[in-house]
Amino acid sequence: MANYSTNEFKGGLKFMMDGEPCSIIENEMVKPGKGQAFNRVKLRKLISGKVLEKTFKSGDSVEAADVMDTELAYLYTDGEFWHFMNNETFEQVAADEKALGDSVKWLVENDVCTLTIWDGRPIAVSAPNFVELEITETDPGLKGDTAGTGGKPATLSTGAVVRVPLFVQVNEVIRVDTRTAEYVSRVSK
Amino acid sequence: MNSNLWQPSADIETLKKRGEIIRTIREFFYQRNVMEVETPSLSQASVTDIHLKSFTTEFVGPNYNEGLTLYLQTSPEYAMKRLLAAGSGAIFQICKAFRNEESGKHHNPEFSMLEWYRPGFDHFALMDEIDLLIQCILKCEPASRMTYQSAFENIFNINPLTASLAELKVLCCGQGFENIANDEKDKDTLLQLLFSMVVEPKIGQDKPCFIYDFPASQAALAKINTANPLVADRFELYYKNMELANGFNELTDGNEQLKRFEQDNIKRNDMRLVQVKPDHNLINALNHGMPQCAGVALGIDRLIMLALQKKHIKQVVSFAIERS
Repeated sequence: MANYSTNEFKGGLKFMMDGEPCSIIENEMVKPGKGQAFNRVKLRKLISGKVLEKTFKSGDSVEAADVMDTELAYLYTDGEFWHFMNNETFEQVAADEKALGDSVKWLVENDVCTLTIWDGRPIAVSAPNFVELEITETDPGLKGDTAGTGGKPATLSTGAVVRVPLFVQVNEVIRVDTRTAEYVSRVSK
Repeated sequence: MNSNLWQPSADIETLKKRGEIIRTIREFFYQRNVMEVETPSLSQASVTDIHLKSFTTEFVGPNYNEGLTLYLQTSPEYAMKRLLAAGSGAIFQICKAFRNEESGKHHNPEFSMLEWYRPGFDHFALMDEIDLLIQCILKCEPASRMTYQSAFENIFNINPLTASLAELKVLCCGQGFENIANDEKDKDTLLQLLFSMVVEPKIGQDKPCFIYDFPASQAALAKINTANPLVADRFELYYKNMELANGFNELTDGNEQLKRFEQDNIKRNDMRLVQVKPDHNLINALNHGMPQCAGVALGIDRLIMLALQKKHIKQVVSFAIERS
């Protein structure tokens, strides 16, 4: 298995710690003028999702994690697993609830998601940055209202709740930024 | 290539203030009759310090057809000491220093250094002068002073000067540093780890803080204390999580200096680092006779970061390394 030296540390680098793959969020060099350099690293454990700080002696190395991001289309869920497919090879991958995390509320059939695969199994799923979903429930807005008044909550077909402008109505399809869970625009059907 | 990279990494207003601060520093020394000097950035010798990596380059030209290896200086210390030995008297220099493998919030591989030497001063008298300069630039309160041992003992119930490797390992593990401590054989590495990560964030927060009496094993180019051989006459200045300056009551004994260079090379060998030829021009200068003096190196970029409340060194230099 390949190793990474602390010199290669940067945001997004994935390595093994305590038997779990981690991803570097932030890497900071700490070095006294006369003395040993250290790397203070903020990292996310990819399975538990825990964020923590760890210090390394500069020059030391860590074991690279066999972690790969792949683009797969969402197919369906059987209630226990969520099934995805590689649109080129037609190979299918099933992810469990833990791997899905919050992304579950942004899954739209045939949308291409990013699955993080470690040792052959999916450990994280990221929905596309923008998804289009239908509103299943929201209060009727008052006539004449325009955007910019703070809006109202709307429930989407996946169960996600976002704030929408007052003029947006039930059964309309809207575009949402999944990173911030914010309404972007209406989509004409 | 990103087309915005031509722009400075610091804004013009910051660079204007930077210029004013550097002018104030020069004024400070002119008023005290300290002579400004310049020494080479390129030198035929480098430093043996196991934690410093120099940039090297090669000179080719008249008399040097075969090429001459030159090192970009990690500090102007050796050349300035040669001037002292040649009778310069008190001197200061504002120059670029170069250190490979150093980059981050407080590090740029090329940075500005203020270094000065005061014949006749000991390190305590020099601390007084540094304190005045810092107050003049940062408009802060006078600095506090604490020994390395008490700074350490305020947090850990252990004497850093006499602690065993095993005791330091236990301390490190208690701080979540077991990944470093488990295989470490060098006490100084663990002391530096505990000091940088745990002690430093707790000192010099409201006003600058001088830490003095560093362990003799971290003497660098300082004299060993005559009263207590466990410590060296070396000090550092810290303020708001920044290491600002490092100073010594300077070692003037050429034989002792050569011995330290040789010890560094033994350590380099153990660590599989390249050997560095001792700078015999410095040794010869010390053997000729350098006046008893105290000297200090201060990071100007960091001082400016503090003065202008900037979080990253690139915000105070015209073009940080990624734009250089």
